[in-house]
Amino acid sequence: MSAPSGTPLERQAVISGIGQSAVGRRLGRTGLDLTLDACLEAVADAGLTRDDIDGLATYPGMGVGTPGFAGPTTPEVQDALRLRLDWHDGGGEGPGQMRALIAACLAVGAGLARHVLVYRTVTESTAQGTGGRQGIGGGGGAAGGMPRFSGFLQWTLPFGAVSAVNWIALVAQRRMDEFGLTRDQLAQIALNGRRNAADNPKAIYRDPMALADYLDARMISTPLCLFDCDAPSDGSTALVVSHRDHAPDVPHPVCQVNAVGTALRGRPSWDQFDDMTTMAARDAAASMWERTDLRPADVDVAQLYDGFSILAMVWLEALGFCGRGESGPFVEDGSTISRAGSLPINTAGGQLSGGRLHGFGLIHEACVQLRGDGGDRQVVTARGGPPEVAAVSNGGGPIAGSLLLTRGLS
Amino acid sequence: MMAGDAGSATVGTGPPARGPALRLLPRLEPENEFFWTSGADGRLRFLRCRACRTFVHPPSPRCPDCLSSELAPEEVSGRATVVAHTVNVQEWIPGSGPYLIGLVAIEEDERVRLTTNLVDVGVADVHAGMAVEVVFDHHDDVYLPLFRPSTGNRG
Repeated sequence: MSAPSGTPLERQAVISGIGQSAVGRRLGRTGLDLTLDACLEAVADAGLTRDDIDGLATYPGMGVGTPGFAGPTTPEVQDALRLRLDWHDGGGEGPGQMRALIAACLAVGAGLARHVLVYRTVTESTAQGTGGRQGIGGGGGAAGGMPRFSGFLQWTLPFGAVSAVNWIALVAQRRMDEFGLTRDQLAQIALNGRRNAADNPKAIYRDPMALADYLDARMISTPLCLFDCDAPSDGSTALVVSHRDHAPDVPHPVCQVNAVGTALRGRPSWDQFDDMTTMAARDAAASMWERTDLRPADVDVAQLYDGFSILAMVWLEALGFCGRGESGPFVEDGSTISRAGSLPINTAGGQLSGGRLHGFGLIHEACVQLRGDGGDRQVVTARGGPPEVAAVSNGGGPIAGSLLLTRGLS
Repeated sequence: MMAGDAGSATVGTGPPARGPALRLLPRLEPENEFFWTSGADGRLRFLRCRACRTFVHPPSPRCPDCLSSELAPEEVSGRATVVAHTVNVQEWIPGSGPYLIGLVAIEEDERVRLTTNLVDVGVADVHAGMAVEVVFDHHDDVYLPLFRPSTGNRG
């Protein structure tokens, strides 16, 4: 599709408030409990009360995924806060986890709501207990009593490709074969996250990690090791998406939504997508740049989805920060993507060390940085102030969404 | 092979297993039964459009190119090329040793891919572009297409 004529509708929206619950391993609290903490913090941060909230959205909504994955539904949150809603939306299909945020922007732009509360909650750490992470069809058992599988999983489970890590490992290995990517380069995503997590009090893993620690870690699915996989966590993140008219009443700089990336032009499949080295990130990022005059060189900080380390490298290329196949050399010594570098990424530790808040932690951190509220981990640009433009990406494989935010109205 | 070295250093140099210790199997349904039982006679088959000759995978009621509904299973050579691979090490399925997962593209149409297990090959010898051929693994009513290095037989 071509670029939109006129101003993109999402530019009617700003993120006026942000909130986040406690984040940790096995907190033992319910998803609703954590969600209400995050939501109430976000509403207050926006300079609002719950009576002002007339929209509610979440990802992925009802009954989706493995234990602890989905978080509370919008009816549960609506009822807990006795919200009176003009618009509400929960769902798992769309441009990544941020589909809920994108839907909220469009609802605000269309006048369906004025202040939409958007949240994403995970309790995967508590749900998994001490048993470790399962594959999608995992658990074992006697063959005679095993369920049979339909849909996409029938094409992967029989071959022991039971986890997203297997499907993503194929992408990583293809990049090694085609582009010469090395494990030393891939390690930089994990090491950068760990360095930044040291300055994030809520991060899951804050102890220093050296390259040798990374290289010695046990393999999960080659070439991905334990430290290439994000950390299952408990936590809730909430955002308030408001109409831009509300910006003057917000007691801090708002984060203006500049453009969203929503395209999926290749086949929506982990193993049939035309380019195994990029997958859907390519399309989402391209469609985002078609909706804005900003360019990759304008971006001061990027929060790139790192559910697996390799995905952050895929996003570096997809978003145009370096050329196709060049993300390995781009991150080579870690300096470019560090907080002092020309493109700081994952400044709160990403999901690898910050915790698997499933995309929304990255959106939250983009806002923290744009507002200059990063404390010890605040990025200061070469111009001397906080970042003016932030890029955020969510998802990997055949699922992807991206977002450009700017500091203050634009 | 830089990548192969990285893998073999961690998962050992011995031959990997042929797959997980337990095969989770597909549910046979009208649209997929031909595929999963095709190996009974040692041949691999895909749905193909009679009108425009496009291979349709996974199976679908209509050709995604010309939208014809005249589709039928058709035998292919069983030859394919490795697009990507990984050695699964995590013991998702109890009792499983490291095994090779491959993504292969069939010789007749590189857009048609299968996730599979690569067998009869060492970890260090696998690479993108490698020529492979189908060999079936029979479980109950299902014939799983696995792939081994090509023996050079042309049919």
